[in-house]
Amino acid sequence: MENSNVKAVEQITKDLLPQKFGKRGKIWTAVLVVICLVGAYAYFRQLKYGLEVTNMRDYVSWGIYISNFVFFVAISLVGSLITAVFRLSDVKWSTPLTRIAEIIAVSAIVFASIIIIVDMGRPERFYNLFLHGRIQSPIIWDVIVITTYFFISILLLYIPLLPDLKILIKNEKPGTWLSKLYRFQGSFWAGTKEQFRIGDKAINILCILIIPVAFSIHTVTSWLFATTYRPGWDSTNFGAYFISGAFLVGAGGVVTAMYIFRKYYHLEKYITEKHFDRMGKIVVLLALLYLYFNVNEYLVPAFKMKKSEEMHLEELFTGSFSGMFWFAILVGMIIPILILLFRKGRKPFPVFIAGVMIVIGAWFKRYLIVTPTLLHPFLPMQDVPVNFRHYFPSWEEWAIAMGSLAGALLIITFFVRIYPIVPIEETIIEQTESHEKADQ
Amino acid sequence: MSCTCGKNNCNSNEETNSRREFLALGLMATLAAAGCNSDENPFSPEEPVALTGEKVKLLSVNGEVIEVDRAFLKPVPDMPSLSNSEERKGMPNKQFVMVIDLARCKNLKKCQSACNHMHQVHPGQSWIKVLSMEDADHTAPYWQPTTCMHCDEPPCVKVCPVDATFKRQDGLVLIDSDRCIGCRFCMAACPYSTRVFNWGEPGLTAEVKDQHYSCETSMPQKKGTVGKCDFCPDMTRKGELPHCVSACPNGVFFFGDMNEDSVSNGAETFRFSELIKDKAGYRLMEDLGTKPRVYYLPPVNRNFPYENGLETQAESDKLNTSK
Repeated sequence: MENSNVKAVEQITKDLLPQKFGKRGKIWTAVLVVICLVGAYAYFRQLKYGLEVTNMRDYVSWGIYISNFVFFVAISLVGSLITAVFRLSDVKWSTPLTRIAEIIAVSAIVFASIIIIVDMGRPERFYNLFLHGRIQSPIIWDVIVITTYFFISILLLYIPLLPDLKILIKNEKPGTWLSKLYRFQGSFWAGTKEQFRIGDKAINILCILIIPVAFSIHTVTSWLFATTYRPGWDSTNFGAYFISGAFLVGAGGVVTAMYIFRKYYHLEKYITEKHFDRMGKIVVLLALLYLYFNVNEYLVPAFKMKKSEEMHLEELFTGSFSGMFWFAILVGMIIPILILLFRKGRKPFPVFIAGVMIVIGAWFKRYLIVTPTLLHPFLPMQDVPVNFRHYFPSWEEWAIAMGSLAGALLIITFFVRIYPIVPIEETIIEQTESHEKADQ
Repeated sequence: MSCTCGKNNCNSNEETNSRREFLALGLMATLAAAGCNSDENPFSPEEPVALTGEKVKLLSVNGEVIEVDRAFLKPVPDMPSLSNSEERKGMPNKQFVMVIDLARCKNLKKCQSACNHMHQVHPGQSWIKVLSMEDADHTAPYWQPTTCMHCDEPPCVKVCPVDATFKRQDGLVLIDSDRCIGCRFCMAACPYSTRVFNWGEPGLTAEVKDQHYSCETSMPQKKGTVGKCDFCPDMTRKGELPHCVSACPNGVFFFGDMNEDSVSNGAETFRFSELIKDKAGYRLMEDLGTKPRVYYLPPVNRNFPYENGLETQAESDKLNTSK
């Protein structure tokens, strides 16, 4: 009995230890680095010439930087869902998914902060937010809650990693930079009962803390829009609408990542079809919830068709944004729901496809939330150059936006190279526990 | 630095010329001199100065009238006359207000060109826009100049994270371009779309470029910051009317002080309260609760037919009339 246990532990450790990049991994990383570098060059140009290199102008004064920011904040909410909500409600099967969710949250929130600085006309004056910050501005609220969320997320990533670091130190040849890194981060962890007790307690406290903070980051982000008067933004529905959308895109991101890691690292034993089935059901629920808030957001004003809303809504439903609008609704919500409602649709591959659709749909949805509203101001767009009345991002904007997405993926990629993406220690504990139960 | 010193080249004398002239000169010019207390000749410049022989009379800090050669005078375009905190506070006992008489406007856009010229607004952008409006189908179109509304409940000020845009005690909403971080939240918040952004390097003349920035002149504009109509407080301090008011040949704009209850377009002056009452003045988007400081008089008994203004309307605007 003892013997088989030791063997099982060895097998789990071997399966889950981080692996060197293979050929595909190297190509993937190189592509991401190149996209990031192009983005960095575009940002260099923007710093040199000013925001003039973008196609934003006085009417569309927020463009894809801001919609990308909203997208990042949205997807980062999944960390709190999978880690905190599942843990507090004692959902055991989510163990192999927690770290995936948490690293998505951390990398997304890092790039949310970066992209918002990219959007600033005077980034070098960022310190003014601390020197002259006024608490009545929603931007200050955002700065406060995003910083808080970042630190809680980092801790929620780090503390559960400590037992794994001990395993990593044991398995890495001493002297390599990886070994040094592991030792620096986790050599104090001896794995005593007391340490586990403190660790568990800390994680519980953080899990309780992160839920209101997660709700705050996306509610406040929605308030950047909802505190203005503009048609399409002036909505009391916005906080709930943003949060439901955030959980959906986050869950979509997690199922996509689950599939890729499972396939690439052969984790079929750990991320099982059952996980996809259950996540599939959760995604359906979240998509229905988001669809419900969309109905509220669009159909209620459309029923009244107030003059100020009319032009905006018509542009979305049948006008120049209608293609993107219906794409976001169909591909981002309705088709994934239809796929995932069926048991066959909750097999790994269809779930992955649904996840990708949700993420892409969500990115365009954020664009639709930001831009069309700005093209429908209260007073007519007159007495301005013709190009002020349209918006299509310039190559610099695309490069920076894509560079930020690639950067977020790069953080995840490097993380997976260095740390086990499925928690080793927790998996071992759970498997031995279930074995013991089976033995009894 | 204005003028100091009374040594060597400076001859004290008791000229009887008016004190005022000396002060004005002193304000506009400074002496390339320092170190009055040193024994060295304070006028020994790094480069030899060619004397013009023309003497200028100045008032020294001691209250003495002095005479110096013009060659020692150096123009100081960037002399800040007010501190930033004074500019943020505003003028005491003033409540600035504007009245725009839509019955007089024929879209000449003189207000716009004067404003753009005086503030060196980036070409293509303008702080004042003259909009072609039509409130409903079949109602009469009219021309509506729009400035910053200088709201009493300014949405832009509420959302600014760094207090770069602020409301003053005299009612003006101004921008501190030295503090603005360029987040453009104020532009999203303003329902009147009055704010413009310096997307690139603003095209400034050399003379303005190096000036000390002032919230009251809104000059020089700065890259990556927001700009907008400021009601020209620098002109008001001089007792003059804002540029748009004096540039309009039709007297559309009236500017004044609610405390004095008078507004003027230069040629005519009215009691503000009576004008608003008699002509049924109103404010834009009253329902939003922004409480603008700009009042409009409805376009009735017009001086010009609407069509007169079509000549000066841009081709691209013709299909874009608001309904």
